[in-house]
Amino acid sequence: MSNVGIVIVSHSPLVAEGTADMVRQMVGDEVPLAWCGGNGHGGLGTNVEAIMGAIEKAWSEAGVAILVDLGGAETNSEMAVEMIGEPRSQKIIVCNAPIVEGAVMAATEASGGASLREVVATAHELSPS
Amino acid sequence: METGNAGDMAALNLARLIAAAADTIAAHAEELTTLDQAIGDGDHGLNMKRGFEAVRAEAAAFSARPLPEALKAIGTKLVMTVGGASGPLFGTLFLALGKQISAAPDRANLTAAFGKAIEAVAARGKSQVGQKTMLDVLQPVHDALLQGKTAPEIADIADAAAKATVPMKALRGRASFLGDRSIGHMDAGARSTTLLVRTIVETLEGQP
Repeated sequence: MSNVGIVIVSHSPLVAEGTADMVRQMVGDEVPLAWCGGNGHGGLGTNVEAIMGAIEKAWSEAGVAILVDLGGAETNSEMAVEMIGEPRSQKIIVCNAPIVEGAVMAATEASGGASLREVVATAHELSPS
Repeated sequence: METGNAGDMAALNLARLIAAAADTIAAHAEELTTLDQAIGDGDHGLNMKRGFEAVRAEAAAFSARPLPEALKAIGTKLVMTVGGASGPLFGTLFLALGKQISAAPDRANLTAAFGKAIEAVAARGKSQVGQKTMLDVLQPVHDALLQGKTAPEIADIADAAAKATVPMKALRGRASFLGDRSIGHMDAGARSTTLLVRTIVETLEGQP
C-alpha cells in the first residue's frame, strides 16, 4: 500500500485500540494502521519495543505518522524512530496533535494519497500553536 | 579489557562497573519508588532495577566489546527494559556516550563525551537545567569534571545537586502536572543519577 501509515501510541491499550477502531470505521482500510499501548508489564505506559513493532506493521514507503497521548508516549516514540534508524527514520514523524482527532484526520488525509508532509500538517492543524 | 594508557581511566573494568551500578540501583529501588510516588507515577525504582538487572545479565558480553560499542549496547538494553520515560532518557545517555567516547578514554575525552551525552538527554526530554530532572545532576557533574575535581568531590557535588532539586518546581514529565505541589520533593531521576555517579566514580577509584 502506498498511502502513508498511521501509528497510534497511548499509555492505555484500550485508548489505542479504541482510537484505531474509530479510524477503521471512519476511514476504512485504505491506510496502513497499527496501535500499541501499555508498559509491556500489564500496566499503563508506553514502551519502545512495542512502538517499533507498530511502526513496522504500519510501514509504508510513503512514510508513517505517529499519534501520541501524554509526554512519555512522545519521548518513547521519538526514541523508537531513532532506533529504527536511517534512512527509514526520515520518513517517520511524531505528530503534535490530540490522539483521537489527530489519528482520524491524519488517516482521512492519508487515505486520499496525501504525502507524509500533508498528513502531518492536517494533524497539526488540530493543535493550538 | 584493553584500555591503554588512559590516566585515571586506566583501571576501567566495565563488568565491575555494571555489577556495582546494578547493586546500587537494587539497594535503592524502594527509596526511588517512594520518591517517585510523591510526585510521579511510582514506578521508577522498579523500572530502573529491571533495566540494570537486564544489563547485569549480559555484563560479560558487553564487557568483551570495545567501550563505545559496549556503552551503546547498554543504552539500547536500558531503552528496551527500563520503560516509562526513564528508559529513553537513561538509554540515550549511554547511547550518546558510546557514540562520543574513545575506546581508551582519558579524562578530557570522557568529559567531552559526557557533555555531548547530556545534550542528547536534554534533546530527548526537551528539557534543560533547572526543571527538576536528571539534568540538574548531570550538568554539575560535567562542570566538576571540567574543573578537575577529584572522584570524592564529584560524588558529593552530585549528591548536593540532587538535594537541590527538592525546592525546584517540576516543569517536565509527570511531576509537572502537580505544579507547585512538586516543590518539596527530590526528583527521583536526579536521585538515581547521583546514585549512579557516586557508584561509578567510587568504583573507578577502586573504593568500596
